[in-house]
Amino acid sequence: MKRVLSYLLLSVFAASASAQEIDPTAESRELMGDDNPAFFWETRGEALWKEARGPKKANLSQCDLGLGKGVVAGAYAKLPRFFADTAKVQDLESRVLTCAETLQGITPAEMLKVRFGNGDDQRSEMEAITAYLVSTSKGAAMQVSMKHPKEKAAYALGEQIFHYRSGTHDFSCATCHAESGKRIRLQALPNLTAKADAQKAYVTWPAYRISQGELRTMEWRLNDCFRQQRFPDLQYGSEAAVALTMFLAKNADGGVLEAPTMKR
Amino acid sequence: MSDPMRIRASVVGDKVEVKVLMAHPMESGLRKNADGSIIPAHFIDRVVASCKGKTVLAADWGPAVSKNPYLSFRFSGAAKGDMVSVTWTDNKGDTRTDEAAIA
Amino acid sequence: MTPIHVSRRKFLSAASKFGAALAVLPLLRPFAAFAATERNTAAFSAKSMSDVIKAYGGADAKESTEITITAPEIAENGAVVPVTVESKIAGTRTISVLVEKNPAALSARFEIPEGTDAYAATRVKVGETSNLIAVVQTADGTFYAQKPVKVTLGGCGG
Repeated sequence: MKRVLSYLLLSVFAASASAQEIDPTAESRELMGDDNPAFFWETRGEALWKEARGPKKANLSQCDLGLGKGVVAGAYAKLPRFFADTAKVQDLESRVLTCAETLQGITPAEMLKVRFGNGDDQRSEMEAITAYLVSTSKGAAMQVSMKHPKEKAAYALGEQIFHYRSGTHDFSCATCHAESGKRIRLQALPNLTAKADAQKAYVTWPAYRISQGELRTMEWRLNDCFRQQRFPDLQYGSEAAVALTMFLAKNADGGVLEAPTMKR
Repeated sequence: MSDPMRIRASVVGDKVEVKVLMAHPMESGLRKNADGSIIPAHFIDRVVASCKGKTVLAADWGPAVSKNPYLSFRFSGAAKGDMVSVTWTDNKGDTRTDEAAIA
Repeated sequence: MTPIHVSRRKFLSAASKFGAALAVLPLLRPFAAFAATERNTAAFSAKSMSDVIKAYGGADAKESTEITITAPEIAENGAVVPVTVESKIAGTRTISVLVEKNPAALSARFEIPEGTDAYAATRVKVGETSNLIAVVQTADGTFYAQKPVKVTLGGCGG
């Protein structure tokens, strides 16, 4: 009886504490203001986008991100989507890889020499280009098409991967991200199957990751979630990566893009 | 080569508010590489901001200022269109100066 | 933007530490003994507020409610803690930002020329839960305020 009572008391205490401290680090973020070092990646990315490079000495200004050749602003809000020229559903990163190869003659391997940057000596061009492109869609609402059968298929595959339990820890994305109110230490975990959380999570990537001093993209976020689940490496721009992105992007429909943001 | 700073200077009331972001690793000299070797200290140790030939802020920094440093300050005696210039120097002797017009 | 109060006991203990430190100083260096461009390496390797103040030739720091430190109660990440210091003390010449438990206490020291507000905002590394201390020097002396900042371990984030 005593034990039951103390358990009850404890759980009441825990409940009231968590109600007060839903987001104990909100103040910290608030005080950071809008001076975001992501700016440096955006600037570099814009330069890379506009610079004539590669064997074809061309820039990327003729790249079609879905809204027509050369249209950058707002494109990210409608990605991933089906592209007729590649007959594939592509997300932003995989589309940029296609453009770099076709327009500039730069191979994906070359573009991905540094997938995820590490300091000034190992800068990732893809992170910079992604930061720039996403920044031009700031304020646009997510609106992902599900009209094409391949778009529907990509969403379905993404949903399946999201719930797929595997690895040494019998984990899935859903283990952490399919229930509201979960957290790791002080970090609230978004429920990516619930609209509000899914929107908030999606529209805030890419982000300048304070703990790493680096800009990180959605591609990195997924890759790192796979690592944390002890899954095999998620191949950059792969069908699986695009499908998972499709699932998350579609669930975020209506969310207004804020990225690049700053995260812990 | 270091990235240009982002300097935003704007008139707020009768003052000029300046916000600066600098691209710099601000390496403390206390961290280790994967191989166990110490990553040498590399940080901005001096910042000077000026406007119309007058120093409006100067600072000595140590390696505990965060990576990609942020600095904000306010001063009087300048107007829209005047240039604010910021110079940083690091412990390796590298330096960079950028400027922006007051908006 | 709440002013910082230090308990009397804490203040007395801090004051007595200064007293002890001062006793071994043969001669006080005059204020601003260092040229503006000459880096004060002693200050930047000092472990405590009193040693930082000493390195700049100051002494007998008084707690002041006219110094406001704005910083989060709980830092989202110790690598980047936003901190703003504003001093309402007349004739503020320098503002120093210290992190009590960092390997070297002094993070940054701002020189405030005539015409510039006694105000500085920056972001500093805070290695562990610690007091942030703002030290203000004027022609009349040295003043300080402090504010605790909790540093937490992160989750995977996102």
